[in-house]
Amino acid sequence: MIQSIIEWLLSPESWTGSSGIATRLWEHLLYSAIVVVLACVIAIPLGLYIGHAGRANWAVTLANSARAVPTLGLLFAMTLVVGPMISSELAFVIPSIAVLVLLAIPPVLSGAYAGVASVDPAARDAARGVGMRPLQVLTRVEVPCALPLLLSGIRAATLQVIATATIAAYVGLGGLGRFLIDGLASGDYVRTAGGALLVAALALTVDGVLALVERYAVSPGLTGKDVGDTAVVASTT
Amino acid sequence: MIRFDRVTKRFPDGTVAVDELDLTAPTGKITVLVGPSGCGKTTSLRMVNRMIEPTSGAIYLDGTDTADLKAAEMRRGIGYVIQHAGLFPHRTIVENIGAVPTLLGWDKKRIQERSMELLERVGLDPSVARRYPSQLSGGQQQRVGVARALAADPPVMLMDEPFSAVDPVVREQLQDEFLRLQDELDKTIIFVTHDIDEAIKMGDQVAVLRVGGRLAQMADPAYLLTHPADDFVADFVGRDRGYRALSFQASPRLPLHSERTLLMGEATDRTDEWILVVDDEHRPQGWVEPSRLSGPVTEADLQRGGTVARASGSLRAALDAALSAPSRRGVIVDDSGELIGTVRAHEVLAAIEDADRPELQDDDQAGSPAPDPAAEHTPS
Repeated sequence: MIQSIIEWLLSPESWTGSSGIATRLWEHLLYSAIVVVLACVIAIPLGLYIGHAGRANWAVTLANSARAVPTLGLLFAMTLVVGPMISSELAFVIPSIAVLVLLAIPPVLSGAYAGVASVDPAARDAARGVGMRPLQVLTRVEVPCALPLLLSGIRAATLQVIATATIAAYVGLGGLGRFLIDGLASGDYVRTAGGALLVAALALTVDGVLALVERYAVSPGLTGKDVGDTAVVASTT
Repeated sequence: MIRFDRVTKRFPDGTVAVDELDLTAPTGKITVLVGPSGCGKTTSLRMVNRMIEPTSGAIYLDGTDTADLKAAEMRRGIGYVIQHAGLFPHRTIVENIGAVPTLLGWDKKRIQERSMELLERVGLDPSVARRYPSQLSGGQQQRVGVARALAADPPVMLMDEPFSAVDPVVREQLQDEFLRLQDELDKTIIFVTHDIDEAIKMGDQVAVLRVGGRLAQMADPAYLLTHPADDFVADFVGRDRGYRALSFQASPRLPLHSERTLLMGEATDRTDEWILVVDDEHRPQGWVEPSRLSGPVTEADLQRGGTVARASGSLRAALDAALSAPSRRGVIVDDSGELIGTVRAHEVLAAIEDADRPELQDDDQAGSPAPDPAAEHTPS
């Protein structure tokens, strides 16, 4: 079994063609990227606002409770209800993306909100006090300080989206989910297992890339990682 | 000059934090606002740079109503130091110090030079420049906070309990250094504290506020200690105020006695009860009991309990020197630290009795600011 999975993964035929691994991988990545970007566009400004203003915290609670909604059920429901209203291929694309965006919003929203809310009040007060305008306080102090939590929210959302995007295949879209569904349907468990492995590998790789981004984007002053020389300066108090 | 003109702050929940405050902070001086919690001292300070907007009344900065200025631009011209420093954790120390110059659009080289200059000015090692705030101690962070406030050389500074969050030893160090800095800089400063000792030490004038945001008394520290306006101020100023007021009275010429001394490392066959030990430059090191001495005097033999007072210092220092010396003879030195003689407590007391206390001012009444010539020309 394992042997045949490896063979399938390594054979050039399974990678090429319009239903080969390369195409499916690309589709999967593309859908996931669209979903995460859309979720960020919606959730980051909202989370930053809630954290900054300390108002409308209920929105975060609401988003988190929405996590309980079963994604697959919602997908079928939306395809049935929304699908007929739209002609063309979009009838399937829009419900899939909408459902996945809904899935990705809670972690991003919580991350953005918690990140800004956790900024040291003294730093925020000083930012205003030295003469930053409200937008400067947000962009120069609050967002950079919120980055660790914000980015881990995005990472969590991305992992979830990549794993869950397999369901898009149920409503006729591509992506790595095709291997799982087709494999199951035709009893080709090598493909099913191979597809699952590919999803896992993709998720881990993307997560690793995001971890690198995080390392470079977040100030060492926030992570506590040491910078440059390590000699402790204790000469002055 | 900063002038409060009948400034009131009423919060939405109805509490009055500051009530019809009239107060003038003269140019180049430190004005301390002190009082128990809930007296509106921090609210008053924060209304100057409009972190909080007054409900009524006006605050004038050199004659300009602050309500007419743009808040953010105005704040760049006012140094702001707060209790926990409030450094930006994601920026390095130099970047923190350069915050205001950056907002003002100075070129990078000039910001860098100015930041490094200030780093040294506030007593920090240049090697901390590339560090982050979390790598510094509380005292070091507070120094950076002061440097950041000074970066664009603002004429006015607001300091909100700047030294309260550090331990007493560091606090005293920071206070002393800040006073030295202020000697050179002559900033117009409003300084908020809940600690009356700090108020008396730092203030050129001290405004005591009572709960509900009303001014109880405004006076220079010596006057405050000798003539508290009412029970509240007397109570707040606290015990030992007679003794503490001596800090502000320069010693008159005290009757000094010459002291026979022993050089460090010398032996003696004298049998006096206590002998003062000095170093090669005639600077007092401590007292020894000859009876306990076996051979030449070493560091370990010294009794160091006695304080040393400068002849040009205060009566408090002179009295303390006499009280703290095991021989009961207070050690008096000149400005270079060389021994010039000793004085006994009763002689200091005699000098205290002869010295004048600050006189009660005729127009003194609770709530009226200390007379200030600069306050006379009102802003247009």
